[in-house]
Amino acid sequence: MSLGPDEVRRIAWLARVAIREEDIPDYARNLSRILELVEQMNAADTEGVEPLAHPLELPQRMRPDEVTEEDRRERYQAIAPLVERGLYLVPRVIE
Amino acid sequence: MTMQGETEMAAKHLSSDRSAQRTDRSVQWEAVIGLEIHAQLATRSKIFSGASTAYGAEPNTQACAVDLGLPGVLPVLNEGAVRMAVKFGLAIGAEVARRSVFARKNYFYPDLPKGYQISQYELPIVRGGRVTIQLDGGGEKEIGVTRAHLEEDAGKSLHEDFHAMSGIDLNRAGTPLLEIVSEPDLRSPQEAVAYAKKIHTLVRYLEICDGNMQEGSFRVDANVSVRPAGSHAFGTRTEIKNLNSFRFLERALAHEIERQIEVLESGGAVVQETRLYDPDRNETRPMRTKEEANDYRYFPDPDLLPLVLEEAYIEAVRAELPELPDARRARFVSDYGLPAYDAGVLTASRELADYYEAVVAAVGGEPKLCANWVMVELGGALNRAGVEITASPVGPEALAGLLRRILDGTVSGRAAKEVFEAMWAGEGDADAIIEARGLRQISDAGAIEKLIDEVLAAHPQQLAQYRAGKDKLFGFFVGQVMKASGGKANPKQVNELLRRKLDAGG
Repeated sequence: MSLGPDEVRRIAWLARVAIREEDIPDYARNLSRILELVEQMNAADTEGVEPLAHPLELPQRMRPDEVTEEDRRERYQAIAPLVERGLYLVPRVIE
Repeated sequence: MTMQGETEMAAKHLSSDRSAQRTDRSVQWEAVIGLEIHAQLATRSKIFSGASTAYGAEPNTQACAVDLGLPGVLPVLNEGAVRMAVKFGLAIGAEVARRSVFARKNYFYPDLPKGYQISQYELPIVRGGRVTIQLDGGGEKEIGVTRAHLEEDAGKSLHEDFHAMSGIDLNRAGTPLLEIVSEPDLRSPQEAVAYAKKIHTLVRYLEICDGNMQEGSFRVDANVSVRPAGSHAFGTRTEIKNLNSFRFLERALAHEIERQIEVLESGGAVVQETRLYDPDRNETRPMRTKEEANDYRYFPDPDLLPLVLEEAYIEAVRAELPELPDARRARFVSDYGLPAYDAGVLTASRELADYYEAVVAAVGGEPKLCANWVMVELGGALNRAGVEITASPVGPEALAGLLRRILDGTVSGRAAKEVFEAMWAGEGDADAIIEARGLRQISDAGAIEKLIDEVLAAHPQQLAQYRAGKDKLFGFFVGQVMKASGGKANPKQVNELLRRKLDAGG
């Protein structure tokens, strides 16, 4: 399977990565090679093999339902670009 | 109760609309509906962090480094959220997965700082269950629950008043949600509402969600399509979001079903899309769709190991389960002899059922009288005042105190309503109000007989007519005696004594 320029643009958009037009052929070639690797793996017989969700053979640990965090808004907002009335301000997003 | 009343009115309104529109159709259409319900779990802390989940705090004061998605932080799973999901699974007879996996759902939006939502995808914690709904015309229907999975909520975006910017409050980010997905088993807006209410009742019985729809603790999205009746293939569906009351759910579905039928009957095709319900205009309209909107690229979250639940853990949760609504409804019918309707109303919420049982216990029986008062007088007063049962100014002990006075003949049913209103207004307990207002019923036979004698003596002409065969005048005499007593005579006794006196004299 080989990716075309439109697919590269779409992947970049999904990842919110800015790419240069002249780099697209390189990306297309490299990403296609990754897909080829996946296709090779797809050829392996995995009948009866449970999908691996995590490389560690351990179960998730849990913590008790207790509030352990205190309000540190001032510290967190000190590094935010723009804040008003306790809210983080971002470029307008509206449906 | 408020919500229920509204829904019933909406249902009547809708069913008359629909029958008028359906009759002239050449094809009979069938709606196919499935619901996705997001129930905010009632934990103290967030699903992956120790920040508080309390509602209504100042913006961003309950958003810690994990909730903000700061670099280097790791999620740690909240056992309380897991326990609540297990409770739900057991309550609907589902399989509680011994192994489930958290996955990342990737999308970009400012109220989701990590750029992904931690959810469960291929291996959810709850798989396959059923709930039974009661249908309008009597009868029951089983609705399948495909799955329920744990996930984190996003923050909130505020779009007003920030000079062309959006304000982000991340207090809600990381609040645990249980997303409950039904099978497409629902066939009408009414069934969808019955199912949503059933889940709402259940999560509140289980005390895993406060069910507050205004605050967004219980949110409903609906998938709906239509197909010719008898067809087994599914039509193209749309998803409706923004349904924050049962009434809106019913109206939005009714509207959307009509819209789809009109599109199909005019030769068009339904477009698969997400639509928002606008309650002010009572219509759905498409969300502005971005073509890539649904490419979430799920994959297992490497920050979280698989969640493994031991048999002993699941059994311990099972032992904590309360009596569930269906069982309680059945018990109200068998133990108290209540009609199915009453039992359904009284068990609709755990608090109402608890209240009712406390009244019956305090009265020491008379379950039907208790049911009538709880449903009619108390229910009406709560509805009018817009007050929840838990905040009722008249508690179960106080109401029982009044019902005892009806049962022992101290007050008539009519006077009891006045006493109840005074109790509601905070004038004291039943006995104090009965004394203060002089509402004690005259049950002394001697006193009533004296009144009867006076009335008969004052109306010789009517007495003669009655004795000549004009039976209808009996009611006239009852009315006069009641009037002479200032409305306080025990009407049953007045009837008996008057009958005896007139018959004896005749």
